[in-house]
Parts: sequence; C-alpha cells; structure tokens
Amino acid sequence: MTTTRQPTPVPSGTGTVAPADSGTVNRAGTAAPAGTAAPAGTAGRPGLLEVDGLTVRFQLRDAVVQAVTDLNLTVHAGELLAVVGESGCGKSVLAHALLGLLPGNATLTGHARLRRPAGERVDLVASSERHLARAVRGRAVGLVPQSPATALNPVRTGRRLLEETLRAHGRTRREAPAAAERVAADVGLDPADLDRYPHELSGGMAQRLATALALAPDPPLLLADEPTTGLDRPLVDHTLDLLRRRCDAGGAVLLITHDLAAARRVADTVAVMYASRIVERRPTAELFAAPAHPYTAGLLDALPERAFRPVPGHPPMLTDLPPGCAFAPRCERATDVCRTPPTPPAGTPGRVACHHPLTLGAPA
Amino acid sequence: MTSTALAAHEVAVSYGGRRVLDGVDLRVAPGETVGLRGPSGSGKSTLARVLALLHAPEAGHVTLDGHRVAGARHRLPAAVRTRVAILFQSPRAATDPRLGLADIIAEPLRATGTPEERARARAAELADLVGLTPDLLTRRPHAVSDGQLQRACLARALVHRPDYLLCDEATAMLDASTQAHLAAVVTDYQRQHAAGVLLITHDPALMARWATRVVDLPPPPQS
Ligand code: SF4
Repeated sequence: MTTTRQPTPVPSGTGTVAPADSGTVNRAGTAAPAGTAAPAGTAGRPGLLEVDGLTVRFQLRDAVVQAVTDLNLTVHAGELLAVVGESGCGKSVLAHALLGLLPGNATLTGHARLRRPAGERVDLVASSERHLARAVRGRAVGLVPQSPATALNPVRTGRRLLEETLRAHGRTRREAPAAAERVAADVGLDPADLDRYPHELSGGMAQRLATALALAPDPPLLLADEPTTGLDRPLVDHTLDLLRRRCDAGGAVLLITHDLAAARRVADTVAVMYASRIVERRPTAELFAAPAHPYTAGLLDALPERAFRPVPGHPPMLTDLPPGCAFAPRCERATDVCRTPPTPPAGTPGRVACHHPLTLGAPA
Repeated sequence: MTSTALAAHEVAVSYGGRRVLDGVDLRVAPGETVGLRGPSGSGKSTLARVLALLHAPEAGHVTLDGHRVAGARHRLPAAVRTRVAILFQSPRAATDPRLGLADIIAEPLRATGTPEERARARAAELADLVGLTPDLLTRRPHAVSDGQLQRACLARALVHRPDYLLCDEATAMLDASTQAHLAAVVTDYQRQHAAGVLLITHDPALMARWATRVVDLPPPPQS
C-alpha cells in the first residue's frame, strides 16, 4: 500500500470560477422586476415544464407542514435545472408532487404544466391519478430514482425489465431486444450485465440500469432525485454526464440534489431552495461566482474547497415558518424589513428572494 | 508492537470467493485523520468494518494500542468495544425506527449500565454539541431529515468518548453546511480527546480539506 500526501486541492466540477464580480452583471436594462426575469436566452420561450405558484401542505394531527411554498420555475427543452438545498427543505416533495406521488394528507395548489410531445399541455397538479399513472409517469416524465436497489424489480433481469418497459411504450416484440441493448449501451451498461438480476449488480450498475429504464420511453422531461447518492466519484460523474448528454440532445432534466458540486458540473441553471421556497435561481456560473442570496452565499462558503464554514444556526421547522424571510434568524444582513416577505430590489440578477441581496452591496 | 494506534495487520477478506482485501496494513494514530482512498470495490468500507471490529478478517488481525483484538464486537468487553466508533453513510439503515433521537443517542450508554440520569444528561449534552435542538429529541427517525438523523448518529458515536472514530462516507448524503458542521464537531472532538479519525470519502475536495494523511488502497486483486 502506498502512502501519499494529498495533492493541492483542486476544485471539483468542470465550471471555471469567474472572479467574484463577473457574475454580477445584472440584466437591469431588460429585466422586469426581479421574480419575473427569465434566464438569458430563454426569455419569452414557453418552457417544457412551467411550475406556477406550486404549494404543498401536509396536514399533521396538530400542525401543518409547509413543504413547498409558492414555487415558480420553468424548465426548457435542452436545459438542465438543478434544485439544490439541504435535506428537509422541500426539494424531494417537489419531485414527488410533479410525479403525483404525494401521500394522502397532502394538499396541492398551483400549477405544473407540462408540454407533451404532441404539443398539448397537461397540468400535473390537476390530473387524476389514473391519468398520471397511464400517460405521465414514465412516458412524459421519467424518474431516475434515489435508491435504484429498492426501485428495481428484483425478480427480473435488467434485460427483461428494459424490454418490458420498451414494449409498454410502443416497441414491438421484435424491436425491443435491440432497442434494449441500445439504451443499455447509452448508459454504459455491458450486455453481460443485462442478464443479471438487480441484486447481482453493484450500486453503480444498478444506478445505470435505473437510468436506462427511465430513458427507455424517451420522456421529454427527466426527473433525477438525488441520483448520485452512495456512488463513487467516477460513477457520480458518469451519471451526471449522462444527464448532461440527455439535455444536449434536446431533453430537459430537473436534477434534485444536495450536492453543489454535482449541480455545478452539469446544470445550466441552479435554483436554491430554503425552507420550502426557492430563494435564488440563476445561471450556474453566475450563481457560483457571485451568489446574491445570503443563504446561497453561506452554502457556498460551507464547501470544503471554500471556507468549509457551516451556515450558523438551524433551519426553521416547516411547521412553524415566520411570516417574513425564513432565513432571517440566521442572516447577518437581516433588518426590520425582512419581517415582510422578501421582495428583491429592482435590478437584482435572476430571481432572488431577498430584501438585501449581496451583489447589490450592503443594506442601506 | 506497543504503539498507540488502531491498526490492521495483513488483513484479508473475501466475499463470495472474491478477495476484496489481500494482506492490507493500515494504522490510525491518535490525533491524525487518515483519508482512505481507492477505486470502487477496493474494500474501503470492508477495511473500516474490520477496524470497527464488526467484521472478522479471514487472515490478519486488528490491534488496539498494540494489543490484539479478536472476536465479534458484541462479545468484546465494553472497555475495548467502546474505544472504536463508526459512522456510516445512511443514518436510516443505522438507527432503530422505533426510538426517539434522545434514546438513539443514549442507547449505548444504557447498554453499558450507565445510570439513567447520567445517560440522559450526556445525551442532551451531545445533542447540543452536534446541533440538535431539544424539540427534535423526542422525534423518531421518520419525522426528521437525513441531516438531523446523521447528527444524532454522530452524537451516539461519541457518547462513550471513543479514541478512534471511523467515518465511512458519513457526510456523503448531507448538504454542504451540515457536512461542514459535522466535520467541525469531529475535528473539535479529535483535538480535545486526541482521537484518531479514519475518513472515507469520494469527494476529493473534502479529502484534501480534512485528511491529514491519505492512504491509497490498491485496486481489488483480480481473481
Ligand atoms: S430577506 Fe433579509 S433576512 Fe432574508 S436573506 Fe435577505 S437580508 Fe437576510
């Protein structure tokens, strides 16, 4: 065994960090009041997925959990949008809401409109479970699950799972075998691995199989919920690159992750979620170079390649959120106005829910 | 050998006829953080389990401050067993879903006969150290987030003031802030108790920041 000193730290991810100021270019000239500005190049184009005012509440015996609050986001064809945040911030609930997989004590308001290949729109919030099961899940929205080991049917080989999925989505008995091999090859699965049962696959191979199954019906939108949890670095990168390639080929991906390095590696746009709300949504390079929301800045400071310093304090309970900015108890920049819902000053880049965003300087 | 360290000597382990570790040595001394690196399948987690006395190697052995430790963890005297603690990636797999967080933390103390009042006080002290607010302590695992549950697992790992703490991807599921906080808790603990830490992580930035020495495991032997 060799013993080595660790080489100089190299920031992970592929994006280069621009100098701290280069991301502050605000589109003030063209920007509508913050909160309505769209990412560059996509303004005005209708999205593949348009989430509008999505709100999810869970009724407990003696409390209401505010899991997702007034959430707006758009994902375009060819775009990879990452929703990042700590566990418990509501990001997984968002994924489940979009798939119609919320438990019975959930109430859902707002809209999540998905454009189908034929052009018509389906509102995922208003659709019946029957419709979601038949026409949406798998077909229109593919899911790369968090733990493939439990999501895969244990009594079928990978080949059989893939062929069944392909046939359920319109391939004939004759086409399915070749199509299965093609999809498998796309995700880097060996034909030999296809003849194994899920429990015979390593974590990485199981993840590739789960990804192949999600891709097989060729859904316009792919939802990846913490797809890299538990994988080794090379497999993490491989999985992320698969998602990226999917977008480069015109697909749309919504990546839900706690892993900032993952978001930075592949996302076009990053949305940061805190205490049930999206607090900042901006192009990836800009957000990493010059975060505007104090929570985003704190989260980036916590990275081991940056200050490795945690955000002070604790996230609030989702059963007991303050009326104004939920980050205020932990925020150095908080002032009295933060007791009212954050409305960013004009000229704030992207969408930033903060009264005193960083790139505009200190609060007056 | 009388050196103060937790060490694996010529350890060999196979699974289903396949060798994953083939005569591996590793030494973790007080105060150091040894980063363990290696490709997928190289046996990093297996080595951690061997060092935590959770898995008996087919060949080779583990020493604790020069003394050979053999046998299943639960059969070892508490005074030996409690000197080594391990923290895994998934807190859900490592906790009893029926227990509240306070009981999850205090359980190892009760198991070794600590008086109830002391156990409770110590659990509260550690909960505070790892950043769990009192209102969370009565909750059961399903009612807290992964980050909160992993905080409880860290508190539990520290209740007996172990001399060695093995972290097997312990922060891989956590957001950057929770990861940085738990790393700071471990580093502070390590400073106060001169504890040795083994760090397994796939994140090169975390490895570079946290480990004081890095050891590479060779790829698994071809069989
Ligand atoms: S609105 Fe106020 S409290 Fe909230 S993040 Fe901005 S400055 Fe901080």
